[in-house]
Amino acid sequence: MPQPIYLDHNATTPLHPEVKRVMVEMLDVFGNPSSLHAFGREARARVEAARAQVAALVNADPVEVIFTGSGSEGNNTVLSLVRCTKTACRCDLGTRKGLVTTAIEHPCVLETAKYLRRLGHPVTILGVDRSGRIDLDELRAAVTPEVGLVSIMTANNETGTIQDIPEAARIAHEAGALFHTDAVQAVGKIPVDVRAWDVDFLTLSAHKIYGPKGVGALVARRGTPLCPLILGGHQEAGRRAGTENTIGIAAMGEAARMRLVEMDTEAPRLAALRDRLRQGIEAAIPDVTFNGHPEHTLPSTLNVSFMGVEGEAILLHLDAVGIAVSTGSACASGSLDPSHVIMALGVPVEYAHGSIRISLGRETTEEHIDTMLRELPPIIANLRSISSAYRR
Amino acid sequence: MTQWVYSDTVRDHFLNPRNVLRDENPEDFDAVGRTGNVKCGDEMVVYLKVDPEALTITDCKWQTYGCASAIASTSMLSEMVRGMTLDAAARITSKDILAALGGLPDNKVHCSVLGDKALRAAIDDYYRRHGMEDRIQTLGPRVVCHCLNVTEEDIEHAVLEGARSFEELQERTKIGTGCGECQEEAQRVLTSFIEKHFGL
Repeated sequence: MPQPIYLDHNATTPLHPEVKRVMVEMLDVFGNPSSLHAFGREARARVEAARAQVAALVNADPVEVIFTGSGSEGNNTVLSLVRCTKTACRCDLGTRKGLVTTAIEHPCVLETAKYLRRLGHPVTILGVDRSGRIDLDELRAAVTPEVGLVSIMTANNETGTIQDIPEAARIAHEAGALFHTDAVQAVGKIPVDVRAWDVDFLTLSAHKIYGPKGVGALVARRGTPLCPLILGGHQEAGRRAGTENTIGIAAMGEAARMRLVEMDTEAPRLAALRDRLRQGIEAAIPDVTFNGHPEHTLPSTLNVSFMGVEGEAILLHLDAVGIAVSTGSACASGSLDPSHVIMALGVPVEYAHGSIRISLGRETTEEHIDTMLRELPPIIANLRSISSAYRR
Repeated sequence: MTQWVYSDTVRDHFLNPRNVLRDENPEDFDAVGRTGNVKCGDEMVVYLKVDPEALTITDCKWQTYGCASAIASTSMLSEMVRGMTLDAAARITSKDILAALGGLPDNKVHCSVLGDKALRAAIDDYYRRHGMEDRIQTLGPRVVCHCLNVTEEDIEHAVLEGARSFEELQERTKIGTGCGECQEEAQRVLTSFIEKHFGL
């Protein structure tokens, strides 16, 4: 089989060669950053350098960056503010016990929101239109005086649709609520600026930006309250206990640095490849629908549904010829409904189970796209030829 | 390449499905059976040709909309039934298909192995077309959940295996997790079987 083609960068990314180099180097930097001796100081210097690098990628102050174990941890930490019991912090949202979020958030936000609802907190989950965007007027109406926190993802992992975060943050602040955005999929793909956007919290993850798994960061702006999720240590200025993941943190710093170096030229290149892919699919395959916004979207994500075929079957046929994509179909997840994002978009029923997500990355080439455009049409035609649900 | 999610047999039948209805005219077949629906994400149609003297299946073609295991399981079934008598074919269960496939991941069993139900519907169709309705009654238990093709028989088995609440029934059979319209009826059938066997 020829070299496999990886078109699933929204799931995770391969290590950047520079990141890998830093990780190997860090294997010998074993000191505990909390130690005062030379070994500790060396490790501390690497962690603080990484903090500055991550801060630079999103235009934050380094003191605002808290390293975490994952994007999910960052998101959980922010949402825990709503149920703050003031055992380890001085934050107080007063009578503002409510949360507003959206139906297309990552499960680590959505499930936490539902948990807060079960605890008795008022939780509003905003719907989205067919392109995957929220209605800002609906948001305005939802941020009542009882709402303490608004959490809206910057870019969606399945569709790539980008929300108007600066405006959403303004609406939240005008109503007296704090604003958080899960920017795990956006960071490193589009410019992200916590100051210009005026967000209070922003979540990042290393493995989506060619860094390793198991490390992420949360930006908590100066002066905003924060409840630590993990108690019992002074690390990260008392905001996240636990000895620092020095290898992962240094790697994340390098990954962030390389994103700043590469992103500007990479984004238009990937957008052109994505457009070529989209046009190629439209030209070669009838009865397709694209899920997401035509303009407000990540340059590297294409989500497409094929009438009368099921996503897992497409995925496995592509896998058999060495192409890796993902699907929002029910069968792939082991549940019976298509993904909550595809459902929230209101994708028509004959298309809903037939979505695949193609996400490009820094190593994606024109040849990869051409191979995809050669392999995909016969797979769809073949599956439709055996399908009872495709109207010929 | 690392291990596939499915057995080699499933992979083979998925990538090279046997006996797909492609160019033939459905009207040339003696019977048709359909199960599942597009909303649930799995649908299959089985077409049979039957020897009217011996009542044996001479040809079985199919079409399936669904995931890899749905496609593979219908393909496997179409191989299994050739030459079988209608009565013998009607006794094929999803467990028989599973065994022939070399197993499937647990979460795939209920939603994708629908072929036996489509086959039974086709056999019933044959009997109906040939004035043999009397044979239908002994076959094909009544379907309660049409999305997942959970029958009264399936509910009875679940009760005998320990299901006492709707939630427990759902865990075992996935009943009512498609469109959800059958939940009330499922609850009624569940209660009746609990009463029948355990006199609650």
